[in-house]
Amino acid sequence: MRLALFADIHANRQAFAACLEAARANGAERFVCLGDYVGYGADPEWTVETVMGLVEQGALAVRGNHDTAVSSSAESMNAEAQAAIEWTRGRLSAPERRFLSELPLTRQEDDRLYVHSDASQPARWRYIRSAADAGRSLIATDAHVTFCGHIHRPALYSMSVTGKMTSFIPISGVRVPLLPGRRWLAVLGSVGQPRDGDPAACFAMFDTVSREITYCRVAYDVDTAAACIRENGLPSSLADRLFVGR
Amino acid sequence: MAKFVVQPGAELDGFTFGECVHRGGMATLWSVSRADITAPLLMKIPRVSEGEDPAAIVSFEMEQMILPKLKGIHVPHCYATGDFAHQAYVVIERIPGATLYSRLSDLPLPYGEARAIALKIATALSDLHRQNVIHHDIKPSSVLFRPSGEAVLIDFGLSHHNQLPDLLQEEFRVPYGTAPYMAPERLLGVRDDPRSDLFSLGVLLYFFTTGVRPFGESETMAGMRRRLWRDPYPPRQLKPDYPPWLQEIVLRCLEIDPVWRYPTASQSAFELAHPDQIKLTARAERTRRDPLSTVWRRRFNGNLIEPRGKSAVATQLAASPIVAVAIDVTEGSSELNDALRVTVGRILKTLPSARLACLNVLKLGRVTIDRTLDDEGNNKHVGRLVTLKHWASPLKLDESRLTAHVLEAVDPAGAILEFAEANQIDHIVIGAGQNSFPRSLLGSTSAKVATEASCTVTVVRLPRQATPPRGREPPPDDRSIPIL
Repeated sequence: MRLALFADIHANRQAFAACLEAARANGAERFVCLGDYVGYGADPEWTVETVMGLVEQGALAVRGNHDTAVSSSAESMNAEAQAAIEWTRGRLSAPERRFLSELPLTRQEDDRLYVHSDASQPARWRYIRSAADAGRSLIATDAHVTFCGHIHRPALYSMSVTGKMTSFIPISGVRVPLLPGRRWLAVLGSVGQPRDGDPAACFAMFDTVSREITYCRVAYDVDTAAACIRENGLPSSLADRLFVGR
Repeated sequence: MAKFVVQPGAELDGFTFGECVHRGGMATLWSVSRADITAPLLMKIPRVSEGEDPAAIVSFEMEQMILPKLKGIHVPHCYATGDFAHQAYVVIERIPGATLYSRLSDLPLPYGEARAIALKIATALSDLHRQNVIHHDIKPSSVLFRPSGEAVLIDFGLSHHNQLPDLLQEEFRVPYGTAPYMAPERLLGVRDDPRSDLFSLGVLLYFFTTGVRPFGESETMAGMRRRLWRDPYPPRQLKPDYPPWLQEIVLRCLEIDPVWRYPTASQSAFELAHPDQIKLTARAERTRRDPLSTVWRRRFNGNLIEPRGKSAVATQLAASPIVAVAIDVTEGSSELNDALRVTVGRILKTLPSARLACLNVLKLGRVTIDRTLDDEGNNKHVGRLVTLKHWASPLKLDESRLTAHVLEAVDPAGAILEFAEANQIDHIVIGAGQNSFPRSLLGSTSAKVATEASCTVTVVRLPRQATPPRGREPPPDDRSIPIL
């Protein structure tokens, strides 16, 4: 079965629509959403409705820190993110806010674990920045492959049977076999706000039979996404960064 | 689950075991067969029992990842892989014959034979590097030959795939590999430079032509590290009859800093294929090692190999292409040749590691194809070479980047295409033919080259001529627009 996985959509309708289309064209049979559907971007209603629709049809979804912040003021965020979340809160309907707040922090499916950030303490939203961070997350669970997001920069870590870590920055479009002899942590790039210097939207495909993961990049209409952010009075730096992927 | 016992007659995932072909330190090799596959097969099974070196597992994982991705005649075809959960294995095509290791008792080999072997290995390496893979264990026992002659590289357990995770990168503190053949930068942890394989090729060529390993057989870290500052004895010091062109190639492959080696395996193959065209430098004549002052400088304050950024293999190869330009030296072609030089100059200016092969086809009549070169033919050949060099001189290329070749053929396009295939040319630059008699009969050379070449082809035309007034185009049979 071919899975399509999306992380950090951040209310970027243009980017998410482009990724969904590319995933379907690649033969995606099942969708997995790794959190942070809202915040930063200007289309939270459409994005949450789309995710709700996917979940109704069998997709799996977990909750991110921005989704949590919509209904909880306890999440600490920087000023721009906070401004975007307050704006978002006013835009979403009660059922949409409830959908976000009721999402689980993790989902397990066969030997795969889906989580927004570090799986050792999912509610702390710690970034996976290094092989050491990845090791901490991997040790905490027994999943063969963990998929997460949160840092907006794609990376692929593995741990050997002797506990040695490897790290790798995946190349777009290249199928990487996740060998069964070791455990893997796939950190996805962001759909709606890439920060690795490539403005193209990022998602991943995973083939559960061949156990191959492919990181995909999709060009999308950045101009419209940025214009929506400005028109809605959100901080303009949130629009600017989409053009450079930083 | 009961442990699977490997023995003749046993079955695993449809494969039936035959004899055990080889028992190595890292793995055992079995001859296997499967009803639906006619090719002879080998199954490689890692030694992973308690107490075995963990390197055996990791290097086997690398093979499991890399082998199924490889294509072409220079690698064994991979038929299946099995994972560690049940029984780890890879099934590959069995290449008949012995590895180059079997030739060790014949060393030193005649220079010509060693050159031919090195050329085949360089060609195979070039094919491998283009697939983003660095072998990292080139040595006699990693090289086999197909019955048709091409080299086949085996054993990818230490290899690096530039587009896949490198499981060996952080696994071991000491570099893994075969000590006598290991490139100096490997001792510093560099695993992403394809020129490391050229160093190993240089060690092999040195060994096969002198009978001596250039850096000895020391396997200690201290012994291996000496190659970071100490150059080997020049082959001419060991064998006074050693050809200067061969020493030029060997010592260039063995340069301590990868920057001074050939930029690509294709370029080293090109020199091995054209020994008469090699630009000899001070390396070729050297009869002594570097003086101690130089060695000390390298060792104590040189930092010859400074930490570098990661390099993408594909980017490095793309920056060092072999460009071939086809030059017509017949009358009336000078304007087009000037235009060709402008285009070639632009390409070379952006790519300082590119090299240029200037081609000219000396057309043979169909009737006279079998004649041997008489004096006149020979003079013609030399004359063409002089013309080619003259054409190239305004480009002011270093001689080591430039060669000239006169191809003798009945069919010019066929000759250019054949040269491009044999020499792994990356880019052909050719002028669009004038509206001459043979072209209208036989079709344009440039069109055939552009259609049939397996590399990039740039077709150069003369600058636009004055535009004729509208509505008054010349009649069709009067046009002299080259047809492509």
